[in-house]
Amino acid sequence: MKWDEFIITGDPLILGAQISILISAIGAVFVLTYFKKWKWLWDEWITSVDHKKLGIMYILIAILMFFRGGIDALMMRTQLAAPNMTFLDSLHYNEIFTTHGTIMIIFMAMPFLIGLMNVVIPLQIGARDVAFPFLNNLSFWTFVIGMGLFNISFIIGGSPSAGWTSYMPLASNELNPGPGQNYYLLGLQISGIGTLATGINMMVTIFKMRAKGMKLMMMPMFTWTTLITSMIIVLAFPVLTIALAEMTFDRLFGTHFFNLTNGGMPMLWANLFWIWGHPEVYIVALPAFGIFSEIITTFSKKRLFGYNAMVYSIVAISVLSFLVWVHHFFTMGSGAVVNSFFSITTMAISIPTGVKIFNWLLTMHKGRITFSTPMLWSVAFIPNFVIGGVTGVMLAMAAADYQYHNTYFLVSHFHYVLIAATVFACFAGFIYWYPKMFGYKLNERIGKWFFWIFVAGFNICFFPQYFLGLDGMPRRIHIYGVEDGWFALNFISTVGAFIMGLAFIILVYNIYYSFRYSPRETTGDAWGGRTLEWATSSAIPPHYNFAKVPEVTAMDPYWDMKEKGIDPNKIDKYEKIHMPSNTAVPFVMGCFMFLAGFGLVFEWFWMGIVGAIGIFACMAYRSFDYNDGYYVSVEEIEETEKRAREAK
Amino acid sequence: MAHAQDAEYANEPLEFQSAEGRNNILGFWIFIGAEFALFSTLFATYFVLVNRTAGGITADHLFDLPLVLIMTFLLLTSSFTCGLAIHAMRAGKVKQLITWMAITLVLGLGFVGFEIYEFWHYAHEGATLSTSAFWSAFFVLLGTHGLHVSIGIGWIILLLIQVKRRGLTPRTTSKVFIASLYWHFLDVIWIFIFTGVYLMGLGGL
Repeated sequence: MKWDEFIITGDPLILGAQISILISAIGAVFVLTYFKKWKWLWDEWITSVDHKKLGIMYILIAILMFFRGGIDALMMRTQLAAPNMTFLDSLHYNEIFTTHGTIMIIFMAMPFLIGLMNVVIPLQIGARDVAFPFLNNLSFWTFVIGMGLFNISFIIGGSPSAGWTSYMPLASNELNPGPGQNYYLLGLQISGIGTLATGINMMVTIFKMRAKGMKLMMMPMFTWTTLITSMIIVLAFPVLTIALAEMTFDRLFGTHFFNLTNGGMPMLWANLFWIWGHPEVYIVALPAFGIFSEIITTFSKKRLFGYNAMVYSIVAISVLSFLVWVHHFFTMGSGAVVNSFFSITTMAISIPTGVKIFNWLLTMHKGRITFSTPMLWSVAFIPNFVIGGVTGVMLAMAAADYQYHNTYFLVSHFHYVLIAATVFACFAGFIYWYPKMFGYKLNERIGKWFFWIFVAGFNICFFPQYFLGLDGMPRRIHIYGVEDGWFALNFISTVGAFIMGLAFIILVYNIYYSFRYSPRETTGDAWGGRTLEWATSSAIPPHYNFAKVPEVTAMDPYWDMKEKGIDPNKIDKYEKIHMPSNTAVPFVMGCFMFLAGFGLVFEWFWMGIVGAIGIFACMAYRSFDYNDGYYVSVEEIEETEKRAREAK
Repeated sequence: MAHAQDAEYANEPLEFQSAEGRNNILGFWIFIGAEFALFSTLFATYFVLVNRTAGGITADHLFDLPLVLIMTFLLLTSSFTCGLAIHAMRAGKVKQLITWMAITLVLGLGFVGFEIYEFWHYAHEGATLSTSAFWSAFFVLLGTHGLHVSIGIGWIILLLIQVKRRGLTPRTTSKVFIASLYWHFLDVIWIFIFTGVYLMGLGGL
């Protein structure tokens, strides 16, 4: 292989990215060395098994990916802003819409939500940590390695360009030579392992580690949605694992699963992909619903309306999510009966979802509502999500779908659903639990600017796309002519995209501003919360979470305690607490995974084998590791708790 | 990890007596659920592609019932001896546990050996990964199962060393118990392979 096939050259945009990556890497190394922070980084973060720190790192990387995916989006919108633009060529455009979709779903939405789950779930159920702290660290590193592998594709070797769905035979060696598609396969595969592990971890945590007295039907809604989401992960991700493995075999070892020759079946890929892919939509939507439920109850100062109906509806959604995948290819000749079946199941999902919408509205009804920024996002979610949902039902009619299929109508629909649910929830949850994570609130005034500008930009960007779709503009095109008549709406849409970009800058500024100027928290209970995570002190609660695990006697336990005048932090006598030790094994294992993945991407099998041996060696090492954790002494607990109280 | 409710489990088998052991076992059951989804997908792929031999060599040409019966016999017996090993573990007999597990491993190795021979033989007759979609699906399904068995062998060897060094503790017993669940699971999958792939293949599905 020649050097210039390995490193991408000749494109000024990519050159710019390469230079800026180099500069920031050098800058980071310099800062860490200058302030002597390497040991701190290693001890406090990289090897940490603390669920809150892992959660914060997940969120940090998700925001970074939001930036990367957002830049991709702005480049696409720039190319489409006017007829006959020459900003991007067709291949570059294909690569960008592929990485935009993949990154936003796999490396932004999921890790953002998993990060919030990690921070919140053990606190919310009154647990000291997750069930498997070691595995939690390993999950994080597999995610980072998968993310890293996918992201370096555009500077080393070339990006995948077959769309985030990677339909065969478009993604085959013949039509998609080079390492790009291999990056997609290996990056998703490696991070998928971590996601599966997180799913198992969360399920066991929620089943086994709830505080005394918390029955299943007393769990906070975010815990419920996390539980159901984890079940979907455990059942859906293995399908992706196999689909990716089979395509990897097709590309690297000459099998014929999805080829057009020797009996292969391209439609099999579409089926497998969407059997995972549609539940994936709910993997990112259900936790969002949980977050909104928490926020709406807190800021309405009311119990959640129709708690039981909420629980049953998420269960119903999770079952239905596995029965709708064919609606992604109504037009690919499945026949009338099959299409009708999947049309009906798809529309059926709107029933439990509608139940939830009404429950949120009725929770607010007659509540004492405060419109803080998290609440604004939650309230804005409802109408925007309904627009997305209603157009979804339009698409679910198989006969009508033949008309809008593969147009911007669809693009607009899923952006309305995913942004209004998942992205709004990420922002809402981020702002809501920010004081829990860092000990101070994000500035409300700047937060409101961020909110209004983002929501305006979002609607300006995507609403016109419905009409572009009805006008017949196909998705995934990189150029159109004046005679098509799509200029005005496209231009408006692009303006909206840049407004969203501006809003992102405001968010980043808000983080900086609040770090400098926000008043520090005095209590752990920043918003008058109802659930147990607010019963501990803030600025990352101590690594053991609760000095004494509270007992739960009612729904919304912390609210209940406050009403009864019980202070959960008034403890006469502390007892020593058992905690797990930090570990470097997952990080080392992640490095070997990177080696193995990178080797397979370029079909350097020796490197793949070295990586695999390293991975197994780490597993064997871990098997012999009988480190039993350590005890936090009573003195240390006293000291920590005293410091937390003195902060008042 | 000492837990308040651990006292309630004092009469349970050793592997359930610590909270960590109980969590690990539940977590592993969930993992087996994921493994079922994984193998279901492989089976689905196999059955979709089962007749797509593209005019190449077919299954009933190559499948050899006596060979497969030997493999089945080896693996099913290994599951039985694995059960005996756990029985010995519950009775607190380390030596018996190690003996039965060792027999389990030998049987498992025999199974893997026959499978390697089978694959080698098929390749010799002109059926490889890249022969046709059918053979791709066949080798990946069988290979995934065989890989699982091989990993299980390596895993159990590591655990036996630990049992020998540390004796039966809540920690070691829960590890061995989990490995045994895994081993039985592979047996269950093999029964599906035996009927779905070999018997139906020979019957000219």
